[in-house]
Amino acid sequence: MLNASLSEMSAALESRKISSVELTQLFLGRIAKLNGELNAFITADAPRALKDAAAADARRATGQSGPLLGIPVAHKDIFCTEGIRTTCGSKMLADFVSPYDAHVISRFGAAGAVLLGKTNMDEFAMGSSNESSYFGAVKNPWRRSAVPGGSSGGSAAAVAARMAPAATGTDTGGSIRQPASFTGVCGVKPTYGVVSRYGMIAFASSLDQGGPMGKGAADLAALLNVMAGFDARDSTSLDRPPEDYARDLERPVAGLRIGLPREYFGDGVDADVAARVQDAIRWFEGQGAKTVEITLPNTKLAVPVYYVLAPAEASSNLSRFDGVRYGHRAAEYADLYEMYCKSRAEGFGAEVKRRILVGTYVLSHGYYDAYYLQAQKIRRLIAGDFSDAFAQCDVIMGPVAPTTAYEAGAMSGDPVKMYLGDIFTIPASLAGLPGMSIPCGFDSKGLPVGLQAIGNYFSEARLLNVAHQYQKATDWHIRVPDAFPL
Amino acid sequence: MDWEIVVGLETHTQLLTESKIFSGASTAFGAEPNTQASAVDLALPGVLPVLNAKAVEFAVRLGLAIGATISPRSVFARKNYFYPDLPKGYQISQYELPVVQHGTLKIAVEGGEKTVRILRAHLEEDAGKSLHEDFKGLSGIDLNRAGTPLLEIVTEPDLRGAKEAVAYAKALHSLVRWIGICDGNMQEGSFRCDANVSVRRPGAPLGTRCEIKNLNSFRFMEQAIEYEARRQVELIEDGGTVVQETRLYDPDRNETRSMRSKEDAQDYRYFPDPDLLPLVINEAEIERIRALLPELPQAKRERFARDYGLAAYDAAQLTASRESADFFEDLVRASRAEPKTCANWQTGEFAAALNRDGLEVGHSPVGAEALGALLRRIADGTISGKIAKEVFEAMWRREAEGPGAADAIIEARGLEQISDTGAIEKMVDEVLAANARQVEDYRAGKEKAFNSLVGQVMKAAKGKANPGQVNAILKKKLGG
Repeated sequence: MLNASLSEMSAALESRKISSVELTQLFLGRIAKLNGELNAFITADAPRALKDAAAADARRATGQSGPLLGIPVAHKDIFCTEGIRTTCGSKMLADFVSPYDAHVISRFGAAGAVLLGKTNMDEFAMGSSNESSYFGAVKNPWRRSAVPGGSSGGSAAAVAARMAPAATGTDTGGSIRQPASFTGVCGVKPTYGVVSRYGMIAFASSLDQGGPMGKGAADLAALLNVMAGFDARDSTSLDRPPEDYARDLERPVAGLRIGLPREYFGDGVDADVAARVQDAIRWFEGQGAKTVEITLPNTKLAVPVYYVLAPAEASSNLSRFDGVRYGHRAAEYADLYEMYCKSRAEGFGAEVKRRILVGTYVLSHGYYDAYYLQAQKIRRLIAGDFSDAFAQCDVIMGPVAPTTAYEAGAMSGDPVKMYLGDIFTIPASLAGLPGMSIPCGFDSKGLPVGLQAIGNYFSEARLLNVAHQYQKATDWHIRVPDAFPL
Repeated sequence: MDWEIVVGLETHTQLLTESKIFSGASTAFGAEPNTQASAVDLALPGVLPVLNAKAVEFAVRLGLAIGATISPRSVFARKNYFYPDLPKGYQISQYELPVVQHGTLKIAVEGGEKTVRILRAHLEEDAGKSLHEDFKGLSGIDLNRAGTPLLEIVTEPDLRGAKEAVAYAKALHSLVRWIGICDGNMQEGSFRCDANVSVRRPGAPLGTRCEIKNLNSFRFMEQAIEYEARRQVELIEDGGTVVQETRLYDPDRNETRSMRSKEDAQDYRYFPDPDLLPLVINEAEIERIRALLPELPQAKRERFARDYGLAAYDAAQLTASRESADFFEDLVRASRAEPKTCANWQTGEFAAALNRDGLEVGHSPVGAEALGALLRRIADGTISGKIAKEVFEAMWRREAEGPGAADAIIEARGLEQISDTGAIEKMVDEVLAANARQVEDYRAGKEKAFNSLVGQVMKAAKGKANPGQVNAILKKKLGG
């Protein structure tokens, strides 16, 4: 059952082969066994999870059912959960308990999902390696000396090690897709505005988007069906009719036009990564899909633009963590100014401070035009690149990241090198487009490789369809790391 | 040589919405600290702002009332700074693209009317309050006010001197209440002004300005601007230069003090708030709001002068507030009297009584119906104008209430006018008999003697004789 798909689990629950309490206990046991080694969870609240599970069993006993009723789901510790602490991977919020549930959490609650626990993450979602968490680095289940990617590395590792059937993540510049790629799981970053940001602690508001992570595309469709939808509490939430993200899963891929951006297959991409991605694309061609070479000429500007805009928004978003109303406050201070300085100096880690400083700088009087405004203009050009590309293709494919998971500590002396690892995920984030990571094999070291599929706005169902067809023919997504047999 | 005082005003008007500008919490004044602060107002992690449509409607109302351009697209920005009563660490305010731009307000000045240009009006949220007393070395934070919607209305430097500034502030104060967007309560901080003051020689370019904060009454505004202008003139005349700075007015000492200089000014790092979409207002929405606007003060003033034949001064006084204007029109209808008579009563006896008791029109013990009934009794000769004032005072003291109050008091006090010719003739005869000397004086050509005789008759009648009849009968008897 640990490696079953959500629909298989749901069927087992529905036929009473297993209860939600039993299923939850199975995963809680796995967490108890593995989390010490992998550090994927910051908080696993077993009593709460079992209470949710008992409630789900009771609902089923009254005749209710649903694809997620009784299914345990882990949540990135960026989503506020009433009654369970929400740390955002930071000392600043190490003891913070939200008095309300995030929209996404409420939706899962209403669907009868079991809240399994809160997963580790880079501090305030800032990082690509999950090494910036105040609660310690997460280990990659496929190679414990390697990073799991970030910032949703806890969710990725939890699914990869089968400590959770599915998890939520958030993606600002690749934070769902890149860790999914590094850990061999599946993840989708929806179109900006599809999933409400209410109760999702903000990093860069114009880029942040929640999304599901799981083993396969069919699971993601079921999860996205719950997560997506209009929320009046988020002014950037899109008021569209609800859709069934599973509706196109079985559609054949013959005739699919796949755009291959020249910029995503050049120098700097590991040979193994390129080879596995090419293999996957060849499979699609074998199914009757057509490939077309496209160009996204402003790709190289995406990382610099992102590292102006995201820190700018972050520097302002993180101002509320001032030690006044909640969160860490320094034990001693002489006056208000010192209280601010010490509380924030103690509460934030190095990467967060770096981004606050960069963001404060680019918004400063005299620099705003040269950095922030200029970056906004280039952001529009990057979006324009994609809209030109989608005139020629239905889906864009390429690697999620230029490399597979790197060794822990490898990037710690050179943040810019780490930033450049997000070169293929950041453009879709800047354009607000949906993108997903699909496991497509392993490199010579046995580390997973992810195929990225980027679609036009609101094409999530199509992306999931493409991934599902591929996963019907491959088993990359259901492989389990040797070190953690079921 | 003369100095010219140049003033521009920034007015923060608290909008009369039921809930806050970005949250559903109540805006009511005076609740226990922090009981009207929602998760959004507290800036808890993960919360997001949602714009209150009513606040936008109120801003548009003001824009239409001052003939301004309503921006089809305006943008909310973040003004970043740290302060304990600013929970997010930034204030959401409109910066580069405000919702209202380029309006005008006409004000009455010495020798006529002046048009003051309003540069912009923008929506923003208020901060909370820091309380530094009663906490033994600590500060208390009350976030009830945090997120209260404000419309900041900014003039061009068009005002010349303290009196004009006050005239503008009063006109704006009246207007925002007139159109129902602000209660104008200055004690509670619903209407707060900052004044930018500079001085120059007439015709010279604008001088360096100082911004005076904390002007929460018209009197303080006048005093503060006068003080500040005097300070600047003295400084320049002594060979100094004015330094651009923010100053605080201290009403207890009647002086302004430096708060912070331009050099200390913070870099607010404004940028568009990514949590809020640009505010888009289409033409249909503007027209919908326009249709809901009441007749505006200026239009009403002009109509009163034209339709009721009133002097400009009377029309202006009667339209000082919407309540006053409504009262007048109700009074004209109820009294069926000459509008001029109604205006005289409303701006005379009625206004004096309100003033004396410190009441607003809406809280008057004498309503338009009741006053109208009183004026009808003058018109139909039941009482004289003079007796009517006595009746009015009794009505004010609530000796009787409601539309029948005047009649009840006239009856109870026996104030009905004597119009019986026989009775008046009898009284005249008695007066003439008793005042042979004045009769002679009159006949010898001393007109004054006649008035004295009228007075004697009225005295005999205890003021109740119909003055017209007394005059006529007296004239006749004296050999007319």
